[in-house]
Amino acid sequence: MSQFVRFTIDGTECMSTRGQYLVDAARDNGVYIPTLCNFPGVKPKGGCRICTVRVNGKLMTACTTPVAEGMSIENEIKDINELRKSIIELLFIEGNHFCPACEKSGNCELQALAYRFRMLVPRYPYQFPVRRVDASHPRIIKEQNRCILCKRCIRAITDETGRSIFAYRRRSARVEVVVDPKLGKQLTEELAQKAMDVCPVGSIIVKEKGFHVPIGERKYDTTPIGSDIENMQITKI
Amino acid sequence: MGQKITIEPVTRVEGHGKVTIHLDNEGKIEQTRLHIVEFRGFERFVQGRPYWEMPVLVQRLCGICPVSHHLAAAKAMDVIVGAGTGEGLTPTGEKMRRLMHYGQMFQSHSLHFFHLASPDLLFGIDADPLKRNIIHVALQHRDLAVQGVMMRKYGQEVIKATAGKKIHGTGAIPGGINKHLTEEERDYLLHGDDYMDIDKMVSWAQDAIEFFKEYHKKNKAVIDGFAEFPSSHLSLVRKDGALDLYHGVLRAVDSEGKKILHDVDYQEYFRYIDEEVKSWSYMKFPYLKEIGKKSGWYTVGPLARMNTAEFIDTPLAQKEFELFKQYNGGKPSNKPMHSHWARLIEILHTAEKMKQLLNDPDLMEGELVTRGTKKFEGVGLIEAPRGTLFHHYKIGENDMITMANLIVSTTNNNQPMNEAVNQVAVRVMTGRKEITEGMMNAVEVAIRAYDPCLSCATHAIGQMPLEFEVYDAEANLIERKFKH
Repeated sequence: MSQFVRFTIDGTECMSTRGQYLVDAARDNGVYIPTLCNFPGVKPKGGCRICTVRVNGKLMTACTTPVAEGMSIENEIKDINELRKSIIELLFIEGNHFCPACEKSGNCELQALAYRFRMLVPRYPYQFPVRRVDASHPRIIKEQNRCILCKRCIRAITDETGRSIFAYRRRSARVEVVVDPKLGKQLTEELAQKAMDVCPVGSIIVKEKGFHVPIGERKYDTTPIGSDIENMQITKI
Repeated sequence: MGQKITIEPVTRVEGHGKVTIHLDNEGKIEQTRLHIVEFRGFERFVQGRPYWEMPVLVQRLCGICPVSHHLAAAKAMDVIVGAGTGEGLTPTGEKMRRLMHYGQMFQSHSLHFFHLASPDLLFGIDADPLKRNIIHVALQHRDLAVQGVMMRKYGQEVIKATAGKKIHGTGAIPGGINKHLTEEERDYLLHGDDYMDIDKMVSWAQDAIEFFKEYHKKNKAVIDGFAEFPSSHLSLVRKDGALDLYHGVLRAVDSEGKKILHDVDYQEYFRYIDEEVKSWSYMKFPYLKEIGKKSGWYTVGPLARMNTAEFIDTPLAQKEFELFKQYNGGKPSNKPMHSHWARLIEILHTAEKMKQLLNDPDLMEGELVTRGTKKFEGVGLIEAPRGTLFHHYKIGENDMITMANLIVSTTNNNQPMNEAVNQVAVRVMTGRKEITEGMMNAVEVAIRAYDPCLSCATHAIGQMPLEFEVYDAEANLIERKFKH
């Protein structure tokens, strides 16, 4: 069996290594499939559904679906993009996302996706949940108003033995991500910065160091999220 | 029968307010009040937020001079991160902030003089309101209108180069600034294309002063006699007595020029100043504690700054300052309409300052931030376009804000504006049965001289619906007039 597979994205012939997840295979072919809960190097979860694509006529999450020979993938399609946009809107109304004073503004993936999908105002009513700001940890602030429960921090930030430093607490509508009280001391300065970088929104903020990157130099100040993939030079074999 | 006249809302000012004038049975004015009818709540909802967020969060108070709040909060945060009380920053940190502030002062003053105040001067207080606006200034005095628009643009470009955005940037951070000025930005502001040229700005600032002085010669009654009343004046001044808009010590003088607050460190402003609450306004009434509630009130803003400062450290503005002082016999000016004159001198001063800074290499290289031993309380003061702005914060052990007290410039001018409104109302309305458009505008002109930012958040230009209500002594509505 060949180690390569051929497939199409929106009718364009693509090729990639067998077994790759669709988001990665698409990226290698210069196609951006939007993601939010997915993070390179971390086991995919398929939680946020932003990466939903239509594979051979069926909606599937691109971050958890391995590519296969002859797959026909629909990505930049009106109804799929509308679905993605509605998910972004739901995330905005479900939390308290006040971009103007958030230091992740310009580096925030949720904000960047909202811009990319041209969200002007959510179609759903704001919920204005009452959430707390947990500043008890000496290195970070856990801003629960902005947490989208993507689990990226839980999956990516671990101690030397592989135990997650962040954890879920409570259930259902009251669920929140917190620093595990038993492992909180393991959150070194380096890990705290990594946690802030891993967080797609402004929910994990390193203390006493904010707004150091000037406007214009932030990740998404000049080009929309996904532009780096779309502007990649691809050599077709 | 006693009457109560209401002017609501007041037009061509920032934000929303109303004026009530209470007449007695003989038609004499008993009392006039400027009511601030907006409620904000910033001091409360910043509690529980991290301290380094303050400069970016509280600037949302205002869309006209957010830089003032941004910098006042940043100065308070400098104290908290141990970067000194206004003098401990790196040369780059302080100079970039100063450039940002001068740009802000330049654009805000230009907006006020050209867009908001000039229609009154060019067309007269009694002119047809359909004509008395910036559109007609543009139609009939094209050069002046272009200068106003481009001067404002210039100031905004300076803010963008230093804060990252023209409105609500992020430049100032606790302990310094987050960027240098690039060579490209410097060249654009020194001698850029179109009107972006600092020499042109200096020259236009001089032209604007000349325009005012010419007007003054021909209209002495309007400028000198309009709503004059004795007042104390308060501002920051540099330690040597020079005008300093960014940092200094607190000084106040009485209406005759005698010092009543002796160059004190503003970290302890609360030892000298308190605020009184009155039931009919959401805006508090600050006063100097030593003198007391009744007569301890004071004026802030461009006119107060001219009255407290001993000199200006830029040559062209200093010459104009000397003429201003000479005209007033070396004593403080207590004429609210002289605020326009003072504002124009400051426009020239900030243009000269910007020119100096743009030629300073410290802006393009050097350390951006400094920090020291953390403190849990900090006060930041700045001379905002409309006057002295106080920001005072306390933080808890976990770095979150536990207390915030903001005394914005317009709050400081609360009592003076009430005094000015009363003066004008007594003069133009006493004994008159009919309320005319000119009378209403005369009251507004007095308020407008202070360039108040009533909400410190919204910007209203042009015609807003104006409502007049006349009440008898038993508070029955007997007459209502609308203007759209």
